[in-house]
Amino acid sequence: MADIYLDNNATTMCDAEVVQELMPYFSEQFGNPSSLHSFGNKVGFALKKARQAVQKLLGAEHDSEIIFTSCGSESDSTAILSALKAQPERKEIITTVVEHPAVLNLCDYLESEGYTVHRLKVDGKGNLDLDEYAALLSDQVAVVSVMWANNETGTIFPVEKMAAMADEKGIMFHTDAVQAVGKIPMNLMDSSIHMLSLSGHKLHAPKGVGVLYLRRGVRFRPLLRGGHQERGRRAGTENTTGIVGLGKACELAMEHMAYENTEVARLRDRLQEGLLAAVPHAFVTGNPDNRLPNTLNIAFEYIEGEAILLLMNKQGIAASSGSACTSGSLEPSHVMKAMGIPYTAAHGTVRFSLSRYNTPEEIERVIEAVPPIVAQLRKLSPYWGDNGPVENPEQAFAPVYA
Amino acid sequence: MWDYSETVKEHFYNPKNAGAVTDANAVGDVGSISCGDALRLTLKVDPDSEVILDAGFQTFGCGSAIASSSALTEMVKGKTLDEALTITNQDIADFLDGLPPEKMHCSVMGREALQAAVANYRGEEWEDDHEEGALVCKCFAIDDVMIRETIRANNLSTVEEVTNYTKAGGGCSSCHEGIENILSEELSARGETFSPSAVGKKEGIVHLNSVKPQAETSGLTNVQRIVKIQQVLEGLRPALQADGGDVELMDIEGKNIYVKLVGACNGCQMAAMTLGGVQQKLIEELGEFVKVIPHTERPVEIAGA
Repeated sequence: MADIYLDNNATTMCDAEVVQELMPYFSEQFGNPSSLHSFGNKVGFALKKARQAVQKLLGAEHDSEIIFTSCGSESDSTAILSALKAQPERKEIITTVVEHPAVLNLCDYLESEGYTVHRLKVDGKGNLDLDEYAALLSDQVAVVSVMWANNETGTIFPVEKMAAMADEKGIMFHTDAVQAVGKIPMNLMDSSIHMLSLSGHKLHAPKGVGVLYLRRGVRFRPLLRGGHQERGRRAGTENTTGIVGLGKACELAMEHMAYENTEVARLRDRLQEGLLAAVPHAFVTGNPDNRLPNTLNIAFEYIEGEAILLLMNKQGIAASSGSACTSGSLEPSHVMKAMGIPYTAAHGTVRFSLSRYNTPEEIERVIEAVPPIVAQLRKLSPYWGDNGPVENPEQAFAPVYA
Repeated sequence: MWDYSETVKEHFYNPKNAGAVTDANAVGDVGSISCGDALRLTLKVDPDSEVILDAGFQTFGCGSAIASSSALTEMVKGKTLDEALTITNQDIADFLDGLPPEKMHCSVMGREALQAAVANYRGEEWEDDHEEGALVCKCFAIDDVMIRETIRANNLSTVEEVTNYTKAGGGCSSCHEGIENILSEELSARGETFSPSAVGKKEGIVHLNSVKPQAETSGLTNVQRIVKIQQVLEGLRPALQADGGDVELMDIEGKNIYVKLVGACNGCQMAAMTLGGVQQKLIEELGEFVKVIPHTERPVEIAGA
């Protein structure tokens, strides 16, 4: 039996059509797009086509608003650092406690450099408080950076509204949309979003290519200076194969947008229903009523996520977890902590993230495989009795340095 | 994913002695729920001989926590309490054919559960001196707490000193930014300023141009040369063994000397430094330029010959 891949928020399979499209740019189409001769010229045209495909998927007004980068993290860093460089008098940043490390760790670093970072809190379902946000918008703020959708829970933030609020006060707004692009329809020309990051490998393009959307007229300072590539906004010879592949992937994402939001969402809902029906003491984290169509995050109480993943992996099922052990850190996922999920559940969270390649048969197999794994691990757990959690689990087992 | 040994996998997939022992007369609860690893060890001890008749574990934790618990119960069964107490966390890790550096704390938890259970049996109070910080140096599994304590105890002020005292930062050096940040905080806490030099000092660099070509013929016959190389390596082994490693001569091919690094040295970022030191010593002793290369990096066609 083939393995089942339910870790598409980590990375996706490169679509076969994408691979086919980009292969020639490794061999016969090897030219440098900056060159005058025909070798380079043809590649230049291919980049133009790819740029327009990205433009279309994002609903950007101009194709020159698309800047190709190496990854989502580079786009995030470029956007935030550009806003600070362009407005040296503004020393504050607004972000959220549940951002991806690409934004969070950069903000931590900037804080150590003397900037003030406001991190918006979330409630138990991972939702923001827009009043808290509104109160922070001032002429001291250089940039707001808020993710469009959370990578762990799939919870969607109201970024268009938040961008409008920032725009009204003349504040730059950036969104890390790497999980949202291709799953949520976008029309950036009608929004107040000034900058947006996307990552190719999250939408069936290869790794090593990303995009920074930069609205025309938004002040910008490049991260990489050097050659004139990307109109001098991102120096360095273009990753032609990656860019061509991303262009094709964006075309395919347009075609499959409806499918993602109907069929993939249905599979996800079936998985959720099947697992919750079979596993007691398990619950969905995040906001089930407002999340990405492909994402399901379940907390299995009283057991630990890495152990679940290892046993799932043994049966050929791939997913990910918010436990401390899967990352080698000392704390469970910052997203689970921010939502106030107790430790005995936060360490047992498993994220299932689907794609358009998953089938109903695969989902049924997962629904069958996971409950015995949970039961097996609970049998080992000091919090679990013969037939359910021990009474007052927190008191019954209180290890010495808890 | 972690690089778990086959033994770790085996003890995780098919754990031994899972569950609480009935009629247990010793219980040890240790671990930290915030960190996601906790263990209850139950023992049945023969009151006359103090021999551990049965052992069982209940663990909330990852694969290596469960494997370490399983290994611990296997190791203590049949031992007297005093014998069991001689088991170190390294013994547990060795029993499992090693643990990744980020997971060594699982073996520490196993040893502490044993201490706690024995204390419980003897009616003593078990004080844990456990404090765990964020892992800073992944090459040597040194955490934040250990680095800070060592800096304070010894009044350290440079990354180099931290490496000399704790080993942290002595491998791949990618944690130096983290160590510098810790030093900045610790130094400012005692009213000093951290002022590092821009580039770390490198030792033992052999400039190829400075090695005279005629030195290539060291005047030794092939056999004499091999014996000499063996002698140098033998002289270095005790120091390596003290760190849990070892080196073995595999082959010699002209200027290339192929060695096998064993134990703690193998796969560790320290390997490169170890190799550099071995090479330097050989160059000095042989009076010719040689290159020490890990056996694993040997070109395939040669290794297969």
